[in-house]
Amino acid sequence: MTALAQVIDAQGAVVGSLPSLDDGRLVDLLTHMLRVRCVDQRMLKLQRAGRVGFVGTARGLEAAMIGSAAALETADWLWSGLREGGAAVMRGLPLAEYVAQMYCNANDTAKGRQMCNHFQHKGSNYPSWSSVIGTQIPHGVGAAYAAKVQGKREVHAIYFGDGASSSNGFHSGMNFAGVWKAPCVFVLVDNGWAISVSSREQTAAESYADKGVAYGVPAVEVDGNDVLASFAAMQAARERALAGDGPTLIVLKTYRMLGHSSSDDPSKYRSDEEVAAWEALDPIERFAAFLAERGLVEAGAVARIEDELYAEIDAVIHEQEAAPPMALKTLVEDVYSDVPRHLQRQYNEFLRVAEVHGDAQPGDGAFPL
Amino acid sequence: MPNLTLVQAVNDGLATVMRQDPSVLVFGEDVGPKGGVFLATENLTKEFGEQRCFDTPLSEDGIIGTAIGMAMNGLRPVAEIQFQDFIFPAFDQIVSEAAKLRYRSGGQYTAPMVIRTPYGGGIRGGLYHSQSGEAYFCHTPGLKVVIPSTPHDAKGLLIAAIEDPDPVLFMEPKALYRSVKGEVPEGHYTVDLSTLRTVEEGDDVTVFCYGAMVPVAMKAAAKAKEQGISTHVVDLRTLLPLDEEGVLEAAKRTGRVVVLHEAPRFCGYGAEISALIAENVIEYMEAPVKRVTGFDTPFPNTLEHHYMPDERRVLDAIEQVHNF
Repeated sequence: MTALAQVIDAQGAVVGSLPSLDDGRLVDLLTHMLRVRCVDQRMLKLQRAGRVGFVGTARGLEAAMIGSAAALETADWLWSGLREGGAAVMRGLPLAEYVAQMYCNANDTAKGRQMCNHFQHKGSNYPSWSSVIGTQIPHGVGAAYAAKVQGKREVHAIYFGDGASSSNGFHSGMNFAGVWKAPCVFVLVDNGWAISVSSREQTAAESYADKGVAYGVPAVEVDGNDVLASFAAMQAARERALAGDGPTLIVLKTYRMLGHSSSDDPSKYRSDEEVAAWEALDPIERFAAFLAERGLVEAGAVARIEDELYAEIDAVIHEQEAAPPMALKTLVEDVYSDVPRHLQRQYNEFLRVAEVHGDAQPGDGAFPL
Repeated sequence: MPNLTLVQAVNDGLATVMRQDPSVLVFGEDVGPKGGVFLATENLTKEFGEQRCFDTPLSEDGIIGTAIGMAMNGLRPVAEIQFQDFIFPAFDQIVSEAAKLRYRSGGQYTAPMVIRTPYGGGIRGGLYHSQSGEAYFCHTPGLKVVIPSTPHDAKGLLIAAIEDPDPVLFMEPKALYRSVKGEVPEGHYTVDLSTLRTVEEGDDVTVFCYGAMVPVAMKAAAKAKEQGISTHVVDLRTLLPLDEEGVLEAAKRTGRVVVLHEAPRFCGYGAEISALIAENVIEYMEAPVKRVTGFDTPFPNTLEHHYMPDERRVLDAIEQVHNF
């Protein structure tokens, strides 16, 4: 088992070698982490109010996601597992699109077809996950292979949880990537729980990093509540991939502070003591202490930044509440590049009934057959 | 025009596209230097190098999963699954991912890719080298499902499939790989992915079939002709999307229909053809639709020649609907 890599400890004291980030970028990391937390808080509120259906929060995972993704460049791809929406926002997903996806409204680039928490952003190379666990892992490997054969200088960061390490996709993805020396980075976010199954019950391996050995993929185990260690691990793995040395497995050890989703009650399967122990390792407080110690933020900076973020987020939510309903034709569009005849007929038959009942809007008209 | 077997036509189709489009890659189990267990990819590694035609680790789920990623990032992957019987570890990737990607992303991401796979019985391959799995995949919106029955169509449909913007399952009737030969144009051409082919015109009974059942239908039609029954034989060739207008037209033409496939009957492709006819043109029908299919059992081994529809069973069905 490898030692847990750390740059700053739970109190924010420097215990490892600092990555080369200027002061402005360091403060930005704090803001990005806080944005993740604030967005989650607002989404939970909307869920309780019945405005959005489902929220899978990233509380506790902010450093793991933001630190590792911050080491990626624009041309790189981020293959999401579930909770990386905040990293997508940092990389360019407009907050309005994020909120539209939570509402599954007509501004959603996925046309409201996926349930909440399935973000995508083509502009920053962030495909949505499907909900099936681990299937995105071989996608990222194939896309990395494609980058290699086309001579594109890009790395594919593939995120997934401890549960996904048991999936077919993990096995075939790691195996193919090792054989192909694909320019990708596997980011195993060990957040302690796959819904209600603890990460200790997911495998008999002593460490998730041990899994890399069988595939010839070097692995590092990192304190995922340390934003700078997460950054440094990705930066090193990315350079390795670009140098043609193949994939790396990064295990980010962290903790999912809330339930699997807004529909989950974690008190049924884990103790308050366990949660409290991780609360003391909070990734944001630790990093804020580090920044304050270096004089990069003032005392009370967190509250100030949160206020600014809530103002930004609330304005976006207000705007997305007013989105128009989804056009009925989206029922049959995007199944294929063109709507085939049989779907045109099915739609027309449906529309005849929808029109009788007043469900059809202007623009929902029948296909000319 | 060269006279090629069906498997040679597949090989020619792959080579033709690979010469024109550097983004086309061919990969799977044993497809590299060996050229595939049926030699469908023979000489491709030699001509195009091992970066464009290569062997993968033995994992169908990995082959299809990585193909999807390649397709999402600018390539046109053509993945081979060695036998359709082995495709099921990749079922999740095909059904949950490739088929749904365009829809779930609102058209932002797509998976233009082809999965080639030999299917069907007649080679004494037993349960796991003989199955016809078209019905599983035809039930999956977002996929196209294509089955050629002639060398000409094999090449033209394959090129069309590789150039298509959506994922295509290309099922090759392995029983016909070397048993049919035909003229195949040189160079690039395509066969439309949504049009059936009339194999032989007739006026008394219509037989719908595809893949390895087309020659069986033709033999039965020849026998029927000796009895004065004129059979209209239709090769569906693109099962999804189906040429529904063409099917209804051909059904109306005779009012008497036989549907033929080697896959099991229950919820099989023939049920869809039968239902389509019942829903749309029942007033033209002179007899109930008759299905001739494999049994609702696993695929046998020593008795496979009885399991698979043969010309005697097809002729019997033609006679039944004719004399109804």
